[in-house]
Amino acid sequence: MANVPYSYGLLLAAVLFGIGFAGLLVRRNLIVVLACIEIMLNAAGLAFVVAGARWGRPDGQVMFLFVLAMAAAEVAVGLAIAIRFRQTLGSLDVDDADEMKG
Amino acid sequence: MSILFFIAAAVAVIATLFVVTRADLVHALLYLVVSLFAVAVVFYTLGAPFVAALEVIVYAGAIMMLFLFAVMLLNVRADAPLRVPRRAWLGPLVLVAVLLAELIYALTLSGSSLRGVEVGPQQVGASLFGPYVLGVELASMLLLAALVGARHVAGQPDDGAGRPRDGAGAARDAGEGEAEA
Repeated sequence: MANVPYSYGLLLAAVLFGIGFAGLLVRRNLIVVLACIEIMLNAAGLAFVVAGARWGRPDGQVMFLFVLAMAAAEVAVGLAIAIRFRQTLGSLDVDDADEMKG
Repeated sequence: MSILFFIAAAVAVIATLFVVTRADLVHALLYLVVSLFAVAVVFYTLGAPFVAALEVIVYAGAIMMLFLFAVMLLNVRADAPLRVPRRAWLGPLVLVAVLLAELIYALTLSGSSLRGVEVGPQQVGASLFGPYVLGVELASMLLLAALVGARHVAGQPDDGAGRPRDGAGAARDAGEGEAEA
């Protein structure tokens, strides 16, 4: 639709990305960290779709599909790591995984 | 109507804020589902109905179900009460009610003014399997690699004989380990 200025769409993407980034930095639960990465990927995909709608081209939506596939791959590996994390360290706190520090 | 965009954007931002701030893991994930629904409405108002459907099916359906499966496998809430307190329903219910009202309003409009620069599934598909077909192949390779990698990482560590272990076995072993600990 043509009524929404496209800078507002990009603004929404930026706000969602910022919230996800803040959560990534603040929260210490591994599952929530993965969810925040999902939020950021979704915001990036939203920016692609807004740009595609701006020019009326399908390329933005195609790029969103690629972001979607990458998010699915990332979350599969990330949750597998979370399961192994829990088995090894007995918690989901990312601060517990500090054995490699100097 | 551009008001639909702004309401859905507000719902998305509020739900995403709740995702980041809720202490309870399952509540945060359910707020994330609401946020993804709201972004799907945003996609619809921007004239991208195909991507809006995929957002609901793949993101809110498949990926969030994977998250909830992992939470159940990890037994994170074993010590938390299973009953969800009634107050916990209030936030998602209000946000979902706003989205539903928007959807009903948009459907009663019969899409007259929502079709400004719509890029439909046909154009997306033609572009996806035209100039971007190499990317589709690469995405399939990536998903296969993620499948193999997740199986490798989440498998049992000291399973020397190479006996294939399924996810249910790993979950059972994890549960036994927690019971002993």
